[in-house]
Amino acid sequence: MAVFEPEAEGLVLDAEETGGDVVGRSPWSLAGRRLLRNKLALAAFALFVLIVAVSLAAPLYAHRVAHTDPYASNLSGTFQLNGKTVQVIQQGAGKLGLGETPVGPTWHAKYFIGADSQGRDVMARVLYGGRASLFIGVGSALLACLVALVLALVAGYFGGITDLVLSRLMDLIWAFPLYLLAISLATVLLARPTTKPLKIWFITLQAASLWIPLLIIGIVYIPYVFRPIRGQVLSLREKEFVEAAVAQGAGSLRVVFLEVLPNVLSTVIVLLPLMIATTILTESALSYLSIGVQPPKASWGTIVEDGQTLLYTRPWVAIAPGIMIVLTVLALNVFGDGLRDALDPRSKVRMK
Amino acid sequence: MAEPLLSVNDLKVSFRTEDGIVRAVDGVSFTVDEGEVVGIVGESGSGKSVTMMSVMRLITDPNVIYQGEIVYKGRNLMQVSRDTMRGVRGEEIAMIFQDPMTSLNPVYTIGWQIEEQLNEHYDLKKGQARRRAIELLTQVGIPKPAERVDDYPHQFSGGMRQRVMIALALSCNPDLLIADEPTTALDVTIQAQILELIKNLKRDFGSAVVLITHDLGVVADIADRILVMYAGRIVEEGNKEQIFYDPQHPYTWGLLGSIARLDRPKARRLTAIAGQPPSLINRPQGCSFRPRCPQAFDRCRAEDPKLTAKVGDGHLDACHLSIEDKRARRDATINPELAETA
Amino acid sequence: MVTFAVRRLLGLIAVMLVLSVLVFLIFFETPGVDPARLMAGRNPNQATINAIRHEFGLDRPLPVRYALMMKRMFITRDLISYGSHTRVIPEITSATPVTLSLVVGAAVIWVIFSILTGVAATVLRGTVFDPILMILALIGISMPVFWLGEIVNLFTQSRWHGFFLFSWVPPLGYTPITQNPLKWFEGLVFPWLTLSVLYVGFYARVLRANLIETENEDYIRTARSKGISERRVLLRHNLRTSMITFVSLFGLDFGILVGGGALLTEVVFGLPGVGLLTYNSLTSLDLPVIMTTVIYGAFFITLASALVDLLYAWLDPRVRPT
Repeated sequence: MAVFEPEAEGLVLDAEETGGDVVGRSPWSLAGRRLLRNKLALAAFALFVLIVAVSLAAPLYAHRVAHTDPYASNLSGTFQLNGKTVQVIQQGAGKLGLGETPVGPTWHAKYFIGADSQGRDVMARVLYGGRASLFIGVGSALLACLVALVLALVAGYFGGITDLVLSRLMDLIWAFPLYLLAISLATVLLARPTTKPLKIWFITLQAASLWIPLLIIGIVYIPYVFRPIRGQVLSLREKEFVEAAVAQGAGSLRVVFLEVLPNVLSTVIVLLPLMIATTILTESALSYLSIGVQPPKASWGTIVEDGQTLLYTRPWVAIAPGIMIVLTVLALNVFGDGLRDALDPRSKVRMK
Repeated sequence: MAEPLLSVNDLKVSFRTEDGIVRAVDGVSFTVDEGEVVGIVGESGSGKSVTMMSVMRLITDPNVIYQGEIVYKGRNLMQVSRDTMRGVRGEEIAMIFQDPMTSLNPVYTIGWQIEEQLNEHYDLKKGQARRRAIELLTQVGIPKPAERVDDYPHQFSGGMRQRVMIALALSCNPDLLIADEPTTALDVTIQAQILELIKNLKRDFGSAVVLITHDLGVVADIADRILVMYAGRIVEEGNKEQIFYDPQHPYTWGLLGSIARLDRPKARRLTAIAGQPPSLINRPQGCSFRPRCPQAFDRCRAEDPKLTAKVGDGHLDACHLSIEDKRARRDATINPELAETA
Repeated sequence: MVTFAVRRLLGLIAVMLVLSVLVFLIFFETPGVDPARLMAGRNPNQATINAIRHEFGLDRPLPVRYALMMKRMFITRDLISYGSHTRVIPEITSATPVTLSLVVGAAVIWVIFSILTGVAATVLRGTVFDPILMILALIGISMPVFWLGEIVNLFTQSRWHGFFLFSWVPPLGYTPITQNPLKWFEGLVFPWLTLSVLYVGFYARVLRANLIETENEDYIRTARSKGISERRVLLRHNLRTSMITFVSLFGLDFGILVGGGALLTEVVFGLPGVGLLTYNSLTSLDLPVIMTTVIYGAFFITLASALVDLLYAWLDPRVRPT
């Protein structure tokens, strides 16, 4: 009886037969492909980049276009508009002919959307405010993500007492309502009655430094990033490929950096834009409560607060920075959503 | 012969995905008679679950495309209204799922979940549904049913939960019970108990049963007729004796070769089927099993084999090999020791 | 159940204790900051600073300082505000009904509208309405509440106030419900709406995500296979289990808002609640008031989270203690 050998070529699977389109690609390139297909997310990202670029170009606008200093008050100044000389602060322009009213939107290079109560060009201030808001928002989100990532890797991987201490510490900050913690820290660190530099151990910070709100906001958000990542590290530690690496005698550091880190990185990347959106909102709220960015510096939040007293006469002072906040945060949220759909289609990561 | 209870005619189920159209079920036809037990066997992704989910119209994916017809008691279920279909589900056709741990709603008591189905289909008085639920729990062998009826699913073990699922499925005396891998998620000892239970209840309730499994061993005892599915198609169909003692398709040989058998003289190595199932997006030309088939020859690449009766009454297969070739090669593949003595 | 409640209560007391220590440390022990100087307000003289230092026992050891502070806050309750020279605790108690009025009303709006939006988006999946609703929800989440409040004020108080639709809107401020229920209601309509926008957006999105996730659960398929109606599958099976997350988030957010988290809304609409009190003391740097509102707020929120745990056990039999 003849024994048939399996035909060698019959066992070789052609690529087109396995239909391995999906199988053959790395998760990153798949995610990239999904993201590129999401036009809305790409548009949102473009908008965010545009806002960053415009804010970075603030000095260019202030010096070249509006010819103004966004920080210097200009109570008695005048400027030329359509060949006429106009007062920046107009006396008695209000409803009853009383009080002082800054000039309204000119829709020209100078005082494009008017002046604030100090006679400063609001458009230039909004652009400069964007620098502060974005700096603090991005900086504090990066800080929170980075610190949380390191702590979560340490806690999740080493477990035991290290994990217990770190997790309890995070629970404690978590139990502290976020805005109350921010207010407490800001009261102590920022709203001090003096302008003396702040010395904490070896760090010296100027009274109006943007680093102070950045640090405050960064610190209060650490637990929000820490929790989901630690959970993921814990579950990764049980996974076969990590156990395999450990069984092969890989050291702790090696396992953490080469096996665990790449797997939690996508979580951090998904969280980052959503975190920036959140920190920008928090910064604007603190600045609105005058415990964020301190004068003479301004952020979008402080300009909204400046505009509150002029709300019914010169609404643009409050509206413009608010629109910038909404656009930025919306762009980040839409992009973050797209990024999550692309990198984490089954949505393991969720804020809160 | 009487009209079959269920007859599936050239059913095609596809899903639109970002990579193309996935033909999960690609032209499947079969019948189920009243009181008959049909086993559908195939590896994961062969389309066996999708076929039976289509019978229940339980696929909610908006990207699904159906073709063909599913005739149940003379009605084409593909075309009946949603409300008619709701009346069929649970009352006439019921289904048991693979994972009893996740198939019951965690926030309701099991009594509530059985009563919900009873109340949906019958006009029951207060207390009647509950009595019936306790009765059903007794029938499926739940100890202390009167107390356990108020327990939540998480308070039951896996095997007990599957019993609850069976009670739920049988609560309206369905004519057809679909069991989708009912024992896969359970321990081996529990598996046997559950299969025994299904067998006994089938006798008591007189339902026809379609048992879906990837394990030929599971259907060996219980099924009257067996369908073997591969890559969205039926590759062999026959009664139990035909499939186990005279399998025609090389894929069936592979399945038989990969189960441990006690009815053979000598213990031997289990053989695995090399390779992976083909892509359901770009089906290979010719026979779908050809890339993995050790017996493949030129014709298999060129021509798609049809499912036809070649060896005997009701025994269909889709393979180009001649009957003699098949028998010779089969014994060499799955029973080398028998082949040597022959 | 009793042991569970007792254990939870003990945990609650422990957390409150730790929180009070933490607040105390932030306000009194931050390196580089002199609390007496801070407490004396803007431009104080040295005598005041010394007096404060003595009064709060700042020259005594740390545990004594903490004990003294807690005694004044909770036992003698005679902490004095440096701005208004009134006792802090009664001020907070009298501000509470305002905050409660604001938060309860907003909560009713946000629960109703977020459930409607979330369910509608889920049902309308595959049509254009789902993405439209979700973009609207995202816009709601992306708006700073204080800015939205200002825009609302701009139109209802000034620009469109002459228009009959908005002419009934009373000037900013608060009328107690005991004094005039109608005025109470009219004055709160826009603060309620403004405060709820963010939460409607957030909860609608959370609910939609939960509904869709639950939709893929095996037990939803089981429910369908039983032959019950789509409506019943959605409401009794899907929504019921999805509400577990919703309700626990709601409990926490409600607690945070009552604990003073509504301060931005209170500031914009001039509602004299706990949040406005905090804000005013922030601008005048009235440390005793800030610290007390922070501790009271934190306690309220911890209490809320304990209640949420109980509620969670009630909603989800799996975590119910037996």
